[in-house]
Amino acid sequence: MGMAAEAQFHVLAVDDSLIDRKLIERLLKTSSYQVTTVDSGSKALEFLGLREDDQTDPNPPSVSSNHHEMEVNLIITDYCMPGMTGYDLLKKIKESSSLKDIPVVIMSSENVPSRISRCLEEGAEEFFLKPVQLSDVNRLRPHLLKGKLKEQQEQLQIEQLLPLPPPPPPAVQQQQLQPQPPSNKRKAIEEGLSPERRRPRYSGLAMV
Amino acid sequence: MALKALKSQLKAVLESLYTEGVLDHQFDQLQALQDANNPGFVVEVVTLFYEDTEKTLRELTKYLEQPIADNQRVDSYVHQLKGSSSSIGAQQIKLACIDFHQACLDNNKDGCLQALNKIKYEFYHLQSKFKTVIQ
Repeated sequence: MGMAAEAQFHVLAVDDSLIDRKLIERLLKTSSYQVTTVDSGSKALEFLGLREDDQTDPNPPSVSSNHHEMEVNLIITDYCMPGMTGYDLLKKIKESSSLKDIPVVIMSSENVPSRISRCLEEGAEEFFLKPVQLSDVNRLRPHLLKGKLKEQQEQLQIEQLLPLPPPPPPAVQQQQLQPQPPSNKRKAIEEGLSPERRRPRYSGLAMV
Repeated sequence: MALKALKSQLKAVLESLYTEGVLDHQFDQLQALQDANNPGFVVEVVTLFYEDTEKTLRELTKYLEQPIADNQRVDSYVHQLKGSSSSIGAQQIKLACIDFHQACLDNNKDGCLQALNKIKYEFYHLQSKFKTVIQ
């Protein structure tokens, strides 16, 4: 695993309408994002690894074989859905310590100012009126880049907190106590973090 | 040669649909999203719309036939249909849904039936125009 190439952003799209899911998927893929679509808020939370009791599931169900490794960089959700509305989903995400930093965008077919301000106050980054246009999707990029930057900064902070490896004991034993390869050290740190912090990383800072 | 003829036929049909206000600019957006990698996108979405709408129209007819209409259920179907017709650019259907919604709010059964008939008319009109080209 050499220097990671520009990692693709992964967007989770939530909408109960099949046609709208097709549309948003095509819009996002046209903008070179990886897309997962689900048809309800509860399925979205399941995909994100959040169980009913709001604890992060250490083994989130994988939709396809790769999904365990896939981080979600942005969530775009319809407002009007049966059961859990987009607003309810937004709230649950913002209340979760593991998910609250994921940018959330709301879509709605209705232009209701009070609805819009409520969503923005709750932490939504943007509110798109349906039908969503390519120009709307272009507005997602700064939020995704900001999220990535924040993540890389956090990564740097973690690495700066790494304890120094213990000094090797004198002479004879030296060979057996080579400094640990970086990957083991990383693993120790990862395991040391609380389960909530555990998000698979594939940023450009990944060590070889 | 045949492809060229087909393309100009499609163009002519679409132009008339735009002129009549049957389709709005959202349909352009759909076409813009279709490319060499996704040549079937428009047909896929339009087909989904037909299947979805036919089901919805059957349900709406059924619920309106009941002596005491379940307004909430009816309105929820209308909301769905308004959303999907708006997403593909089926302007007349979308407008009829707006009237239907208002009729539901007003508890106006005749208004509901009228709106439903309008939607059916517009839907079959759109469907027949597309069929001539998509086949």
